[in-house]
Amino acid sequence: MTELSQTAQHGLSAHSHGAGVPLQIRSERVRSASVADFEIITQREEQWRYLPVDRLGDLVDDVLAEFSGDIALKAPDSVTTAWVGREHPSFGAAGLPEDRVSAAGWASAEAAYLVTIPSNAEQDCQVQLSVVSEDDTASALHVIVEAKTHSKSVVVLDHRGKAVLSENVEIIVGDEANLTLVSIQDWDETSVHVASHFCKLGRNSKLKHIVISLGGKTVRITPSVDYNGTGGDAELLGMYFADAGQHLEHRPYIDHSVANCKSRVTYKGALQGEKAHTVWVGDVLIRKEAEGTDTYELNRNLLLTEGARADSVPNLEIETGKIEGAGHASASGRFDDEQLFYLQARGISESEARRLVVYGFLNEIIQQIGVAEIEARLTESIEAELARSVN
Amino acid sequence: MSILQIKNLHVSVDTEQGKKEILRGVDLTIRSGETHAIMGPNGSGKSTLAYSIAGHPKYEVTEGEILLDGENVLEMSVDERARAGVFLAMQYPVEIPGVSVSNFLRTAKTAIAGEAPALRTWIKEVRETMDGLRMDPAFTERNVNEGFSGGEKKRHEILQLELLKPKFAVLDETDSGLDVDALKTVSEGVNRAKAANDLGVLLITHYTRILKYIKPDFVHVFVAGQVAEEGGPELAERLEAEGYDRYVRA
Ligand SMILES: Nc1ncnc2c1ncn2[C@@H]1O[C@H](COP(=O)(O)OP(=O)(O)OP(=O)(O)O)[C@@H](O)[C@H]1O
Ligand SMILES: [Mg+2]
Repeated sequence: MTELSQTAQHGLSAHSHGAGVPLQIRSERVRSASVADFEIITQREEQWRYLPVDRLGDLVDDVLAEFSGDIALKAPDSVTTAWVGREHPSFGAAGLPEDRVSAAGWASAEAAYLVTIPSNAEQDCQVQLSVVSEDDTASALHVIVEAKTHSKSVVVLDHRGKAVLSENVEIIVGDEANLTLVSIQDWDETSVHVASHFCKLGRNSKLKHIVISLGGKTVRITPSVDYNGTGGDAELLGMYFADAGQHLEHRPYIDHSVANCKSRVTYKGALQGEKAHTVWVGDVLIRKEAEGTDTYELNRNLLLTEGARADSVPNLEIETGKIEGAGHASASGRFDDEQLFYLQARGISESEARRLVVYGFLNEIIQQIGVAEIEARLTESIEAELARSVN
Repeated sequence: MSILQIKNLHVSVDTEQGKKEILRGVDLTIRSGETHAIMGPNGSGKSTLAYSIAGHPKYEVTEGEILLDGENVLEMSVDERARAGVFLAMQYPVEIPGVSVSNFLRTAKTAIAGEAPALRTWIKEVRETMDGLRMDPAFTERNVNEGFSGGEKKRHEILQLELLKPKFAVLDETDSGLDVDALKTVSEGVNRAKAANDLGVLLITHYTRILKYIKPDFVHVFVAGQVAEEGGPELAERLEAEGYDRYVRA
């Protein structure tokens, strides 16, 4: 792509911190289940600086309603589900809130929907969890996905309808387990969705975490990764497409606190239309004890029209020199004229060439999902977005 | 029978130092079935001519005409030119991430033919043509030009030439970077396209070795943005022996 901005691929943090915003080291951030432990939300807070508070609606409240929409499950019989209370050992096993909306959701959801993937699950174990709401009362939902030791599975969390939702998703990947978790945000245009994903990786486990954000007025997803044993491998992928007036924000955070773990973060987004706004803040922390860490994070944005804005901030904090590798890259740009020329020189019209280039750009992420029917649906959604406006 | 005419073509590019004229009055006429070789030193404007025919936006035509069967090509967009039957095999083919070769070929064929090809016959045709070019069928699943070797990119260009069946093809250094066997394979592909569609070819090259496989009817010496001399195949032999010194000095 033609690059409008490119951050250098170097080692330390301190990027794009505007005046008046205190630089906050990620390792020092508050973690708590109690709303009172967090500052009131304002854009002066580093974690909220890109998000105008009024976009959150009633999610700024301390007490939220319980989620009242439908949760529909499609899964093999061996997969079990249950509503569990705070006393359950899995509740809170993957982490604690790191922001106020998450804490309010945590406190307000009395029970969590627990999905358990049994140890003997094989690669063809596909679970689809449809979260559908038609009610825009500010509400809270807590989901726990627990992939037992040695299991292999794909879990899709599919959000649709109308909602104002604070969601906490705990993702527990057992030792040697292999989990692909896909979270799709395909809300209608008035919805507000703020979600925290807490990922806990066991020894030699593999998590492929994929975030797809297409619909919703304001969507903010904060996936964080914690390692519980050596050899953990986290691959975080994201794809988003923002239209006029949409705010789509993604804040992946990898906390390398255990030796010899690996992480890869790749997020790609397309933007079109007046005031389409995307934010990507990628934090990677390599603690002193995390020797042998191998990490790389990347964010690319394709601006399809004037009037859209992509913020992209990679942060890398490194507390040990004994690592395998650490890097980041971030670029936002417009269409590559050479790609368009090549396609047009083969008879493909300019508008179709643009569609193909954007489709290809985003398709790299979709191809990773591995569930044919979901891939087909998302490909269709992207094509519909493109048909609507790229020409 | 089709005819592609280039008349007094002047082309400039924008550079940091301002506008720079690269083509300075090019005249060239190609008819169906004819093969014209263009040879000339580096930087003489050969690729500029190729891109200008295809309509690359970087090149501004300041004077002259390009006509395809009397139609004004310069008024056509890039894709209209391709649909009218002009094909450019590029010196440096472009990578398109996330778009598979099979998707790309089908989309291009649909655009040029005006309708989607019947799936089964199309897949067979693609497979047979790839066979002829000794391309592994697995390439159809790969993204366009991504991670292709230099030689693989060139084969992929000729694959498109054979499948899209244009009236005229400009081959910009298709032979560069090919090993001996690949050169033969790729040349056979061009000759098949010539035989099948009475294709007119404008073949830009630095070497006479490709001319042993693709026989030129005419050879043009291109120097400093103009055709400095024209002749038959024997001119290529002389250039290989003597170089361009006499034109550059003149
Ligand atoms: N964008 C540009 N800015 C400045 N100069 C340019 C630009 N594009 C082309 N040129 C110049 O125009 C001249 C002709 O370039 P062109 O690529 O057409 O040469 P060529 O004959 O194809 O050379 P080669 O044999 O090396 O492929 C060169 O001197 C080149 O540097
Ligand atoms: Mg050239």
